Amino acid sequence: MPIETDNSPAFADFAHPERLVSTAWLEERLGTDGLVVVESDEDVLLYEIGHIPGAVKIDWHTDLNDPVERDYIDGAAFAELLSSRGISRDDTIVLYGDKSNWWAAYTLWVFTLFGHSDVRLLDGGRDKWIAEGRPMTTDAPGRPRTDYPVVERDDSGIRAYKEDVLAHLGKPLIDVRSPEEYSGERNTAPAYPEEGALRSGHIPTARSVPWSKAVADDGTFRPVTDLDSIYRDGAGLRDGDEVVAYCRIGERSSHTWFVLSYLLGFENVRNYDGSWTEWGSAVRVPIAIGTEPGELRR
Amino acid sequence: MTETLPNQLAEIRDEFLAVDERTRLQLLLEFSRELPALPQRYADHPDLLERVVECQSPIFIFVEVADDGVHLHATAPEEAPTTRGFASILAQAIDGLSVDEVLAIPADFPQMLGLGKAVSPLRLNGMNGMLQRAKRQLAARASV
Repeated sequence: MPIETDNSPAFADFAHPERLVSTAWLEERLGTDGLVVVESDEDVLLYEIGHIPGAVKIDWHTDLNDPVERDYIDGAAFAELLSSRGISRDDTIVLYGDKSNWWAAYTLWVFTLFGHSDVRLLDGGRDKWIAEGRPMTTDAPGRPRTDYPVVERDDSGIRAYKEDVLAHLGKPLIDVRSPEEYSGERNTAPAYPEEGALRSGHIPTARSVPWSKAVADDGTFRPVTDLDSIYRDGAGLRDGDEVVAYCRIGERSSHTWFVLSYLLGFENVRNYDGSWTEWGSAVRVPIAIGTEPGELRR
Repeated sequence: MTETLPNQLAEIRDEFLAVDERTRLQLLLEFSRELPALPQRYADHPDLLERVVECQSPIFIFVEVADDGVHLHATAPEEAPTTRGFASILAQAIDGLSVDEVLAIPADFPQMLGLGKAVSPLRLNGMNGMLQRAKRQLAARASV
């Protein structure tokens, strides 16, 4: 049985308000059967120093990425992961994390590749929950193991490979990295480690919309009128557009994928997780530098 | 290479390698709790502190050379336990060694702790950055 949606007026104008829950909504429902809270953070130990009571941890890197190939885990590994966390296929999942849900959105996107139907984000994430003085614990969640089915990952709808992006050139692309990375001034996010792309710049014609523009100061998503002016008026997206978002390794662009798909209602948005670490090192792909989107060469 | 590892580094390495990967993460958490607060004399002098940009979280370090050897001081936010753990390991590993001993620490010491899988190699880069910067600070001071 899916859990009822959060009918907060703040979410009512979003295209898919059922994808968000507020901190108050979640606190009232902690411990409800069929509801599993999942924390995903940038810092691999943050969960251990305190988490929402009952929440389980899924780490974006050590749990979701294949340990050998640069790819996500397969259906069998995903089934094992979710079984070990005590999650069932029909559970409602509420994801939250640090950095305005940057990594929680990434986990949500990967869950969606496996077709887990009811995954939601906690608006404002970990920081808002703590700022409001809501309960935290270091107790282990103690969820009994489940038998999550093996479901093959379906990349076709929301994931773009490099070849897909090459075929997509000419249609809207959103570069969600910092302005310095977009222009080519820097190869990595300010204050982030070098992740090895051989060239700097952006994919020609991509519009620069740093992911954090979608987030207000308290970590919650901005209202739909603000988002419209950022993505429609600012970046030129129109209803019916096919959009590809990318960043450096696909994490920040998962956040933007969430905003475009579920808050603004674009139905054809894909995340290019190879992102700049692949594109910026690939042979014979076009690159633009500078602050302008640039043009496609004929 | 391992035979040149000073005792206290070898002890830390062996402590990590003796346990399974889950426990290594717990051990890193314990180290993070042991990171001492910055001594007041450095807390009042942010100009002396160097930012470790290889780390995702804001962390600043300062390497002190005292009569009883080298000391590494670091400050990082509570909500960055992994980074704090890295700093704490290095602070304990380096503490009291001579300048030459610290400069001789192998650059891949962070990779010797068996944390690659539990933490991810990407995150471990942060500790590499800390060690390199600590050594660079010492080398710069030794050459004055």
